[in-house]
Amino acid sequence: MSFSWTRVGAILRKELRDYRRNRFVIATMAAVPVVFITLPMIQLITASVTGNTAHLSLRIGLSLLYMLVIPVTMPSVVCAYSVVGEREQGTLEPVLTTPIRGEEFLITKALAAFVPTLVIAYAVFGIFLAVAALFAHPVIVSAIYSGTHVLVQFLFTPLLAGWAIWVGIAVSTRSTDVRVAQQLSVLGSLPPLAILALMSLNVISESIALAIGIAAALLTFDLLAWRVVAGMFDRERLVTGRRG
Amino acid sequence: MPVTTPQPATHLAAGAAAVGPTVALDGSKGESALLAERLTKRFGDRVAFDDVSFEVGYGEVFGFLGPNGAGKTTTVRTLGTLIAPSSGAAVVAGIPLSAGNGSAIRSRISIMPESPGLYLRLTVTENLECFAGLYELGDVHARIDHALGAVNLADRARDLCGSLSKGLRQRVALARALLNDPAVLFLDEPTSGLDPVASREVHELIASLRERGVTIFLTTHRLEEAERLCDRVAILNTTLRMIGRPAELREQLFRRSLEVRLRAPLDHPKAVFGAVPEVEGWEQTPSGYTLTVSDPDLAAPALARALFAADADILSIAEARHSLEDVYLELIDEDVEVKAR
Repeated sequence: MSFSWTRVGAILRKELRDYRRNRFVIATMAAVPVVFITLPMIQLITASVTGNTAHLSLRIGLSLLYMLVIPVTMPSVVCAYSVVGEREQGTLEPVLTTPIRGEEFLITKALAAFVPTLVIAYAVFGIFLAVAALFAHPVIVSAIYSGTHVLVQFLFTPLLAGWAIWVGIAVSTRSTDVRVAQQLSVLGSLPPLAILALMSLNVISESIALAIGIAAALLTFDLLAWRVVAGMFDRERLVTGRRG
Repeated sequence: MPVTTPQPATHLAAGAAAVGPTVALDGSKGESALLAERLTKRFGDRVAFDDVSFEVGYGEVFGFLGPNGAGKTTTVRTLGTLIAPSSGAAVVAGIPLSAGNGSAIRSRISIMPESPGLYLRLTVTENLECFAGLYELGDVHARIDHALGAVNLADRARDLCGSLSKGLRQRVALARALLNDPAVLFLDEPTSGLDPVASREVHELIASLRERGVTIFLTTHRLEEAERLCDRVAILNTTLRMIGRPAELREQLFRRSLEVRLRAPLDHPKAVFGAVPEVEGWEQTPSGYTLTVSDPDLAAPALARALFAADADILSIAEARHSLEDVYLELIDEDVEVKAR
């Protein structure tokens, strides 16, 4: 049987319906962006442009780094729940008894986290840009819109989300407790953010070539992570908790 | 007591009227719904089930009985391709059991696990839509209506599953299992945890499926359920202990006997019963006598005449009836005795 987008669509619709009616997921999706947009906006609006440029650049870099925390933390929490949560609720086994293939199941779980993450992360960045354009000093606005900042945000948001998603699903397939899965998942999704932090904080000099290079590396890691997680999918282990 | 050792599945067909021609393990001549041959599953040192062989024909309701931990659910999961057998072979819905055939097998069967496993924040219809998509079914809403009609839940289609009682959730799970019109329907303890009213409703639903010719593999430890619903039953306690129609199992396990109730005990029972050639043995019970006989139909009138001649006041003479529960308990008790030795 070949890969079926019908089956992927069926579970994806279910996941999105379930999210809409799940207060925990709604609260997570709402709280994370609010937290990570408020502080950087206050920082930018209140920033003084009379200081040295290095300090200003650091402040802008830090503000934008907050934006990149969203695609890391938000899918981590959702994906960590995706498999072990269903197993705890008893809804995993009925799904696994259907013709759905392992790859279809994993892609569905990934898309269910990826789509809302991308929408929310880009929306938050859009709000950030709009607020900055309206209320921040023109020098700051110019600094944000020029250079690699916007490119980095658009490029790295899906790539960081992809990494966080595969880490979250991998942890979820091997965990027996949702809380442990969420903690490990968030922890495991942080390393790529560290490199971007070094860029944002001017420890590594920002350049378009460097940004594209890191993005290519992250894309490779995302694809490798997908293959590793697909290889970890073991129906027997998911149902019985024992290795097949 | 004599106990039949289950034979390889290819020999079992003769004893089961509903079973079709024997199927080859490569699935090439498949007319049996299920065929298991020497199927075994181990988890490390622990044996879940061992050397299990049976055959189930299309349209048959096959009961799989056993105490908790006997390996019933693991057998269902193995045949449903959720877990891999350690050894042995099987054909499920005409397809040989193998890792590569998992998706094809699962598309032709349905499994209703012990727990309904519904999405509680979704409505009944939304739950069924999801599974219709997973089976890639066409004409989804007609199928959902049909499935809900079959379990008498058409009026609850828009209710959230979280608002339903346990019995109604079980019915939704059954409707979900019927969506793809499965060649084999596995029901794993379908009445577990239900009250008597809800259990009766599920029994009626299974009986109606049986009338429609749906092949059902029913695991249960509720013996009255199996006796009422199943054409044949197998008794599993890690290994398969017996297999056949309930009446056949009774005959195999218990010698035929007559229960005799008299107003007063006989003065010389040995002389009275010894005079009846069909009586092979007897013992006194609190309410009368139990006689082991070669043929109850011949023994009963001869016995009545002998008792009449002995001036006994006869209250009743009846063939002893053993329930499936007697068969089950006899076998399980034997296992307990063997383990105790």
